[in-house]
Amino acid sequence: MDSLWEFLSFSDPNVRTVTFGTIFLGMSASMVGSFAFLRKRSLIGDAIAHAILPGIAISFMLFQSKNPFILMGGALVSGWIAILLIEHLTKATKLKPDTTIGLVLSVFFGIGILLLTTIQHSGSGNQAGLDEFLFGKAAAMTQNDLIAYSVVAVLLLIVVTVFYKEFKILCFNPDYAETIGLPVKSLRFILSTITVLAIAIGIQSVGVVLMAALLITPSATARSWTESLLVMIIIAGSAGAFSGLVGSYISYTSPNMPTGPWIVMCLSLMAMISLFFAPKRGVLARIRQQRKNREKIVSENLLKAFYHLLENSIDKELSFTKDELNVKRRFPENEFKIALKTLKKNYFIISKGLKLALTSKGFEEAQRVGRLHRLWEMYLTERMHLKADHIHPNAETIEHIITPEIEELLLRELDYPSQDPHSSPIPYKE
Amino acid sequence: MAMVGDAISHSVLPGIVIAFLISGSRDSVPMLIGAAAVGVLTTILIELLHKKARLQEDASIGVTFTWLFAIGVILITLFTQQVDLDQECVLYGEIAYVPLDLLYTQSGLSLGPRALWISGSLLIIIVAVIVFGFKGLYLTSFNADYAKALGVSTLFWHFTFMSLVSLTTVVSFESVGAILVVALLISPAAAAYLLTGKLKQMLVLASIIGVLSSIGGYYLASIMNGSIAGAMATVSGLLFALCYIYSRFAVAWPKKQTKELSKLKI
Repeated sequence: MDSLWEFLSFSDPNVRTVTFGTIFLGMSASMVGSFAFLRKRSLIGDAIAHAILPGIAISFMLFQSKNPFILMGGALVSGWIAILLIEHLTKATKLKPDTTIGLVLSVFFGIGILLLTTIQHSGSGNQAGLDEFLFGKAAAMTQNDLIAYSVVAVLLLIVVTVFYKEFKILCFNPDYAETIGLPVKSLRFILSTITVLAIAIGIQSVGVVLMAALLITPSATARSWTESLLVMIIIAGSAGAFSGLVGSYISYTSPNMPTGPWIVMCLSLMAMISLFFAPKRGVLARIRQQRKNREKIVSENLLKAFYHLLENSIDKELSFTKDELNVKRRFPENEFKIALKTLKKNYFIISKGLKLALTSKGFEEAQRVGRLHRLWEMYLTERMHLKADHIHPNAETIEHIITPEIEELLLRELDYPSQDPHSSPIPYKE
Repeated sequence: MAMVGDAISHSVLPGIVIAFLISGSRDSVPMLIGAAAVGVLTTILIELLHKKARLQEDASIGVTFTWLFAIGVILITLFTQQVDLDQECVLYGEIAYVPLDLLYTQSGLSLGPRALWISGSLLIIIVAVIVFGFKGLYLTSFNADYAKALGVSTLFWHFTFMSLVSLTTVVSFESVGAILVVALLISPAAAAYLLTGKLKQMLVLASIIGVLSSIGGYYLASIMNGSIAGAMATVSGLLFALCYIYSRFAVAWPKKQTKELSKLKI
């Protein structure tokens, strides 16, 4: 615990540099990554991250300096060559996009490794730290690096803010963007450039191999919480920043731990929690919703069975056995159970000895389902001009979906009809 | 499928490390089991994220393999004393040490490098599967629906194929490292694909290009005094570039010839 307070007080200037550096890097990469994610180009980000390595090695060989701006220049050039190669090969050959991505990624990375090892073996003395680009070692960040990376991070933020609307259209509907006269080509160029830049600075904290995670995983996390792009970018940015903080804290407490894998670990855990437990879009929420829908459908079907029996019963009998309910439509055993449980819970039906009876509330509900079914059949024949023998299956599904508002509209549209196309009466509330 | 191969090559790392920790040896069999298990886990996780959590496919692949790879690297650093593996080895492989790790018979007779035997057996297994399962693999790769309609079990061939990919990755892992396996998985096949439209020819050509990359890579590495694995990937890239240029001209030539021929006719 003590180490946590010591860490959070930022009394050590070195810790301060490293922590703020990783937070900046994580944040900007995650925000730019949102666009790559939405354009379904996340794996291209992975390829760019790997392809940056030869650029870094070559600019180091040429200038013999580890100045972040010089290395970043090299990174930018080789990242761009990789993008162009991927696009060209995908267009000009019969190779599929994932093949060209994998090809460019692995070959560029191979060249990068070859050059890096050559530099190491040549032993020019100044090369130490270059291999930290592989797994990221935020601890190696100097004050100068921090300034350089912050400048780039701020630049990225400005570009994203200025072109926010254009990027949004480009991500969601590139064809539309072209139609309304946006300079799509230049926008794509800007977006690719800021992606390469974000990757180039991001590899300092997580390394080449895991850079893809910093682009993709925060977006995947954010996507399960929101439907709005702005909120998504903010959540993704915060997730990136938070994991940067966690990563540098772990590196701080145990110095031989690489920062990158811990950042990725933190991000991935957040993503898993979000993907499975987020309200609405999470897996659990969706399963719950599906179960609810199923309950609704089978219980409404059972109510309908009641309704048909009531309609046809001569001696005005009000309660029925299970076998009687199963005559018109066979309910599988488990569905019948689910329907029964749900209906009893809502006091729509009650048991009378071995028989089941509708309550007055249940009768109203059964009437409503029957009305919706017949109204929809009416609508299909009247307005869509479908034949009477084609409409039943469609009405079977739609009757569970129609809301009171739509019901009202249908009633008005059809002018409160009294019979459906099969000449069965359409029931109304008394 | 190319990026799934990439994903598996990264994600087998934790499997290898855990197998290492449990068995305490560099023996290949536990490593293979560990890696194969995690390889299967990877495909399941990708499917789960894609189908159940409705994450788009590229993102599911990206999230899965980076996570598992990160776990692998963390495990290596945590148990750095027990594990005779380091981060660089994971990336570059240690092909230069292969000749030092010899396999001996009980009487002490040297049988040559261990890795040679393992890769050799792998080669035999792969060739055997391709020869005997050619029809199944062929149909499943080209038209899975048609294969299903013919009664071929596409699921079986899919998993056979994925196991082969995992197996190859693990065996190559020690020698060429995680990422460069991918170069050798993709580049020769992609280059061969540009040259021919027939699967059998493609298989032969891809193997030739693969062998050329390895030999060329070795010499390039000794000239540049750098990583052998990196050089192999570089050479495979160069060979791809040559094939690409050739395929462009080869497409252009017959066109010219037919034009000249039609001129002659006139």
